[in-house]
Amino acid sequence: MNKIIKKEQLAYNIHLLEVEAPLIARAAKPGQFIVIRINEKGERVPLTIADKHAENGTIEIIFQEAGASTKFLASLKAGDQINDILGPLGTPAHIEKVDTVVVIGGGVGIAEIYPAIKAYKNAGNKLVTIIGARSKDLLLKESKIKEASDELHVTTDDGSAGRKGFVSDILKEMIEGEEKISLVYAVGPVPMMEAVSNVTKAAAIKTIVSLNTLMLDATGMCGVCRITVGGKIKFACVDGPEFDAHLVDFAELRSRLATYRDKEKEALEHVCRLLGG
Amino acid sequence: MPERPANDRIKDFNEVALGFSLDEAVAEAKRCIQCKNPKCVGGCPVEIDIPGFLKYLAAGEIEGAIKKIKEKNSLPAVCGRVCPQEDQCEKVCILGIKGKPVAIGALERFAADWEREHKAKAGDKAKDKDKVKVSVVGSGPAGLTCAGDLARMGYLVTMFESLHLPGGVLSYGIPEFRLPKEIVKLEVEFVKSLGVELMCNALIGRTLTIDELFEQGYKAIFIGSGAGLPNQLGVPGENSQGVYFANEFLFRVNMMKAYQFPEYLTPVLMGKKVAVFGAGNVAMDAARCALRLGADKVSILYRRSRAEMPARKEEILRAEEEGIEFALLVAPTEIIADDKGRVKQVELLKMELGEPDASGRRRPVPVAGSEFKLDVDMAIVAIGNSPNPLIPRATPELKTEKWGGVIINNETATSIPGVFAGGDIVRGAATVISAMGDGKAAAKSIDNYLKR
Ligand SMILES: Cc1cc2nc3c(=O)[nH]c(=O)nc-3n(C[C@H](O)[C@H](O)[C@H](O)COP(=O)(O)OP(=O)(O)OC[C@H]3O[C@@H](n4cnc5c(N)ncnc54)[C@H](O)[C@@H]3O)c2cc1C
Ligand SMILES: Cc1cc2nc3c(=O)[nH]c(=O)nc-3n(C[C@H](O)[C@H](O)[C@H](O)COP(=O)(O)OP(=O)(O)OC[C@H]3O[C@@H](n4cnc5c(N)ncnc54)[C@H](O)[C@@H]3O)c2cc1C
Ligand code: SF4
Ligand code: SF4
Ligand code: FES
Repeated sequence: MNKIIKKEQLAYNIHLLEVEAPLIARAAKPGQFIVIRINEKGERVPLTIADKHAENGTIEIIFQEAGASTKFLASLKAGDQINDILGPLGTPAHIEKVDTVVVIGGGVGIAEIYPAIKAYKNAGNKLVTIIGARSKDLLLKESKIKEASDELHVTTDDGSAGRKGFVSDILKEMIEGEEKISLVYAVGPVPMMEAVSNVTKAAAIKTIVSLNTLMLDATGMCGVCRITVGGKIKFACVDGPEFDAHLVDFAELRSRLATYRDKEKEALEHVCRLLGG
Repeated sequence: MPERPANDRIKDFNEVALGFSLDEAVAEAKRCIQCKNPKCVGGCPVEIDIPGFLKYLAAGEIEGAIKKIKEKNSLPAVCGRVCPQEDQCEKVCILGIKGKPVAIGALERFAADWEREHKAKAGDKAKDKDKVKVSVVGSGPAGLTCAGDLARMGYLVTMFESLHLPGGVLSYGIPEFRLPKEIVKLEVEFVKSLGVELMCNALIGRTLTIDELFEQGYKAIFIGSGAGLPNQLGVPGENSQGVYFANEFLFRVNMMKAYQFPEYLTPVLMGKKVAVFGAGNVAMDAARCALRLGADKVSILYRRSRAEMPARKEEILRAEEEGIEFALLVAPTEIIADDKGRVKQVELLKMELGEPDASGRRRPVPVAGSEFKLDVDMAIVAIGNSPNPLIPRATPELKTEKWGGVIINNETATSIPGVFAGGDIVRGAATVISAMGDGKAAAKSIDNYLKR
């Protein structure tokens, strides 16, 4: 069992949990994730390790209420227990010293890029961060990210903060400008990652994306997370979740994510009934 | 052995075989002629004293029988249900030459079930042997057996399991209707009662590495991480929605109880016209699960002929009784999806049998121009599993075969001093009892190694 130490609401429908998981806190590296199962009847849900406090034996996760399981998770409070936490999972981010690295986070992906920002910065890179969300109140951890970056750009869909528009607009301008970008690292909704990938492909800038495939065991046994990368089938839970964006079959990713759409609705209704009393 | 009628059992996931009554069991055990030189024992990979336990059973002394069995086999309720007895102990039973062999497996099951129902069975904890710590990776049949034996020898054993439940394939693969999960749970409880500490949600190679286990004071390590990596068809369209690897489908149904969705939150698709590729135990289990989830038609598609089907005969028969269709000598060439990316057809090619291949089975050869299409709304790929690559990848010093199997010497020792391995991670997908045999052998080798 893993105790929730702290719970914080970061924005509408977005929550942070700090959870006891000493072995994971010790071993976790940037880019890795965990799988949680809230209770006996729960699903196995993959979530990025948003930060860790090895000295306290805790990790942080930040999640958006998307459907049944995340809604259920959001109903838990500090002091509650989570049945199962497995991790750290996935291949750690390959952090190298290149020159200028642009890290991009979109939506709840903003919360997931913090460990990568710190690691790329510590490796001696110039670090430019671009974050984008629908509106101002969904910009997570903005001050923490600003502090860790050399430069921060912000976009919102509605213009309530930063530039009105998408993260890929800023990226495009940067590419057209003076600065030479060596590496782009992007985490966020599939359409955002695809847009970023298209922009950098044209400019031949190496780009890493962290893919949110469906997952089940997350130890390489079931194959639900499979995705075609460079013409080969890869398992995102063990081979990824980070891949070379220019080789990813995004259309296949979108299709596979839709597999359980009807069932997800049914599950959400069930959980809403449970939580509604 | 009595079983539930097919039209009744396909409506739920409850067990199919009902087991012997006491009278039936005693009568069956009496058929054993107590051979002086019992062939059956040689047919059992863990060498249970079969005439010995049958003698007790024939006298109605069930406690004696189960004790005898447990001298060699710590999971009798499991083996009695899933061992391929017809290829092992029962195949060589002397009575089989002229008539029917003694139903050894069913009797083993009877004795184990009787004990479960009549006696609280905690094992005796051995005295701690100078507190020497040993770790076991994986809690499938290989790991459970090795851990149990080591604990009996007096070692302090910690068993690490990556999933949230122990049991390996017994929990996530083999369905409830063939092996009730309650039985697996009790067998695991028994091993724990011997003093084994179980730690779930620990993926060795990631949560802790093999090196870190040594640093934490474990003096020897047994790797029983199984063959969990699904083999792929390698045809176009394999990633369409509704195409499952059998592991995913069975994991959802068995371990996550998706048949009770949405009370259990993990979903599973419930196809109406289902194609299953392969004809081993995994394929039979997947097909029969799909049927129980409400499919109208489930077809087993196999590229060889009936004689080559690797599944247990009994399970093939049961699948057939339940209405599973068998399309033999066909191989898939493509999986065809609709405009939303969901599987709608599979394209198949007819095959004929040619010369025997390396496995001694006749090689299927495509019949040119024989392509045809089958309408389906779900497909399950069950063409075998390979050794789980995670630990070898995280542990470069651990030597493996090209196909992924961990290399061991005849004492189950790997290329790393103090690290032993057995079960499917060494053999590739094999059987429960061979994994248990390996776990046993490894426990002995570890004991020898630590005494040195
Ligand atoms: C490696 C990895 C790391 C992740 N890290 C985080 C994280 O740090 N924070 C976070 O909020 N989420 C993260 N996700 C996504 C998260 O796992 C899903 O949001 C979650 O499983 C949804 O479960 P649910 O039952 O609440 O919703 P569901 O009922 O499963 O889905 C509800 C809706 O969300 C969409 N959806 C479901 N799964 C995904 C997905 N994987 N990606 C995009 N959309 C999806 C569905 O299409 C559906 O419309 C991660 C996923 C992976 C694979
Ligand atoms: C659907 C199906 C039906 C079958 N039917 C039969 C049958 O009827 N009769 C028969 O004899 N055999 C059958 N088999 C084969 C049999 O189940 C296996 O041969 C046997 O379970 C192998 O045992 P094992 O202990 O080596 O591995 P497994 O049972 O695979 O157990 C390995 C365990 O290790 C865990 N693990 C893996 N990696 C790690 C890690 N890095 N860290 C921690 N834990 C890890 C896994 O999660 C798993 O729990 C069947 C197999 C399947 C899939
Ligand atoms: S363990 Fe398997 S092979 Fe051995 S006696 Fe029992 S059923 Fe037969
Ligand atoms: S071979 Fe058959 S008859 Fe002989 S001892 Fe074994 S079970 Fe009994
Ligand atoms: S989630 Fe099962 S193999 Fe990746």
